[in-house]
Amino acid sequence: MSLATLLLLADGRLPSGGHAHSAGLEAQVSAGRVRSVADLDGFLRGKLATSALVSAAFAAAACAAPAAFAGLDAGLDARTPSPALRKASRAQGRALLRAGRAMWPVAAIGREPHQPVALGALASAAGLSPHEAAVAAAHGTITGSASAAVRLLGLDPYAVHALLARLAPECDRIAELAAARSGDPVDELPAAGAPLLDIGAEHHATWEVRLFAS
Amino acid sequence: MKAEARVVAESDGLGGTRLAVLRGQSPLLLRQTGPRVAGGVTVHLVGGAAGPLRGDELRLDIEVGPGAWLELLSVAAQLALPGRPAPASRLTINATVAAGGTLRWIPEPLIAAAGCDHLAITRVAVAAGGALLWRDDLVCGRHGEDPGDFVADTLIRYDGSTLHRHELAVGPRAAGWNGAAVLGDARALGTVVTAGPATLTAGSATPNAAVMPLAGPGLLATAVDADIRAVRAVLDPFCAAHPTAKAPVPA
Amino acid sequence: MHPEPQHPEPQHPEPQHSEPQHLEPHEHGPDEVPHTHPDPGVDPHAPLHSGPRALRVGIGGPVGSGKTALVAALCRALGEQLRLAVVTNDIYTTEDADFLLRNGVLPAERIRAVETGCCPHTAIRDDISANLDAVEDLESSLGPLDLVLVESGGDNLTATFSKGLIDRQIFVIDVSGGDKVPRKGGPGVTTADLLVINKTDLAPLVNADLSVMERDAKARRHELPTVFLSLAEDRAAAPVADWIRGLVAAREHGREL
Ligand SMILES: Nc1nc2c(ncn2[C@@H]2O[C@H](COP(=O)(O)OP(=O)(O)OP(=O)(O)O)[C@@H](O)[C@H]2O)c(=O)[nH]1
Ligand SMILES: [Mg+2]
Repeated sequence: MSLATLLLLADGRLPSGGHAHSAGLEAQVSAGRVRSVADLDGFLRGKLATSALVSAAFAAAACAAPAAFAGLDAGLDARTPSPALRKASRAQGRALLRAGRAMWPVAAIGREPHQPVALGALASAAGLSPHEAAVAAAHGTITGSASAAVRLLGLDPYAVHALLARLAPECDRIAELAAARSGDPVDELPAAGAPLLDIGAEHHATWEVRLFAS
Repeated sequence: MKAEARVVAESDGLGGTRLAVLRGQSPLLLRQTGPRVAGGVTVHLVGGAAGPLRGDELRLDIEVGPGAWLELLSVAAQLALPGRPAPASRLTINATVAAGGTLRWIPEPLIAAAGCDHLAITRVAVAAGGALLWRDDLVCGRHGEDPGDFVADTLIRYDGSTLHRHELAVGPRAAGWNGAAVLGDARALGTVVTAGPATLTAGSATPNAAVMPLAGPGLLATAVDADIRAVRAVLDPFCAAHPTAKAPVPA
Repeated sequence: MHPEPQHPEPQHPEPQHSEPQHLEPHEHGPDEVPHTHPDPGVDPHAPLHSGPRALRVGIGGPVGSGKTALVAALCRALGEQLRLAVVTNDIYTTEDADFLLRNGVLPAERIRAVETGCCPHTAIRDDISANLDAVEDLESSLGPLDLVLVESGGDNLTATFSKGLIDRQIFVIDVSGGDKVPRKGGPGVTTADLLVINKTDLAPLVNADLSVMERDAKARRHELPTVFLSLAEDRAAAPVADWIRGLVAAREHGREL
């Protein structure tokens, strides 16, 4: 394992398409549910308990066994009822794979895998552990929305980073929980859902004018 | 309290449905409620006591055979209550639907009262050619109160593959459940999962609802709102209009 | 093992490498799965088609300078002769793609719109993945192409394309912002392979002196070419179309770009 490699994988500047996605935030901003740093706090805590936990567990599982990608991919399909979110996850998985292949010898995991599966396969190719893959996944789930909040709402970037610092221990805890469960059968892996993310993504996908792809 | 209930619906060979098994224990009491629909059978969960309370272990098994049509309703909302200090109350539902069979599960809402600790586990397996409509409504807390802990853990399989896998947690132990990713200010949530060839794509999409085609053969309709009546206004018509609402016509 | 045979991806554009790069097998420890390491800078995927991939030309420039009008003109001028496709990068909408469709310059299957999430320059420079995916999707659905035009979202004078995305770039400014723009410079004006100064028909209305613009452009760009254009009058963008024909021909004759 290499800490510098992990930082590389989790860096928001990795050219993996993430900048075009708000990870559900834009829809909730437009619905008036996120206006302030306090609202963002609630949004991110909910994400950590739901989509971050799921992503982290699947990234850890894919890191432990990249060859099992097809079952993990199907498991994420079953956990992602919103077609818009499935599409966004696969687009980001494909972009991440493109970046990863330039960096490490990534196993064949299909052309457009779900993002957590791609992340796990990259982590594995980079010599990282399933737990590290889970940390990168949980961290990426909240930092993407946080940077979108700075752009969409003009929130004070220092206040947003202070929030991310407060959430870091929770992020670690979620990653640990996810990694501990990553050896379970796919049906038993975390499946925590977030109804507003699903509903928001479906409406967002139909907007004529939007800043983010999801 | 420990209780078990079981219902087995099978084809009567004449294009209709009969109940081969119908038994329950308080608070899981089942009653056949008249041939409301030709060809199918409707059963109501009539409930026997307030609950579930902490420590309750409830189990409901549902089996729908080839060609049978079964609709399960309930007469009143379930009210999950704290009761004495004890482990979480648990309701486990296991359902199977055979090829050509139809199951509709449309109970009244579950109300997660303050201080409750309740787990609802749902496992449904639908064979290829079977049809399912599975509705669950949740109200977080009685009027003006915060909910206790409630977790729904749902797994729906179709033709041997997992079609829908979902957990939802609300209450003091569920971080961020009232944040803008999960429920926000909404206190009522309704979901309908349909599985099988009979699909309905048209669905009312108010700003707080969506009808989503799953990756496999099925749909999820989700609605949230401050008030359960707004959720019903979306999901009741959806359930009524769904192709599974038509029971087979007996010969 | 990579590359995946069932989903070949087009070669990563690396104009500076003309020789195919080979993946060298190397020694591995006993606990390692044997594998090859990709050469950094070379996409380790089989090219989609044999033969050279399409020439990719980026078209950038400030909001409203005439990028989409230029793309439309090039489609009119070159659409019959070349196998052509277009990727648009709108900031909020699919306005540009819709304009091209409405004007019937190219059939729908030859146009892809990329969404850029608040940052049009990021999508063409720092994180080009969505654009590469769009180019790749066009090539896999249409077969071999000669030319792909990538229009950036309207941005500022510093926005340029990554060489990982395009082979050549055109920067489009117009006269309506005044004759000072070439003097202000910036990477777009100074480094683009072709500078287009558009809307010359408006020059008298805004008191823009074209000779000043020409002189300043020359000072900033040295030997790099600049053309003056009025897309309102020249609906086939003749000088730009000729410039692109020259590039495509050079490529066909195996000359390095
Ligand atoms: N008078 C005049 N108008 C032009 C000319 N070229 C383009 N326009 C007009 O300028 C406006 C903007 O042109 P577009 O092609 O949409 O500009 P763009 O650079 O693609 O704009 P964005 O994509 O929004 O950044 C349109 O109304 C065009 O009709 C020209 O040569 N002369
Ligand atoms: Mg344009």
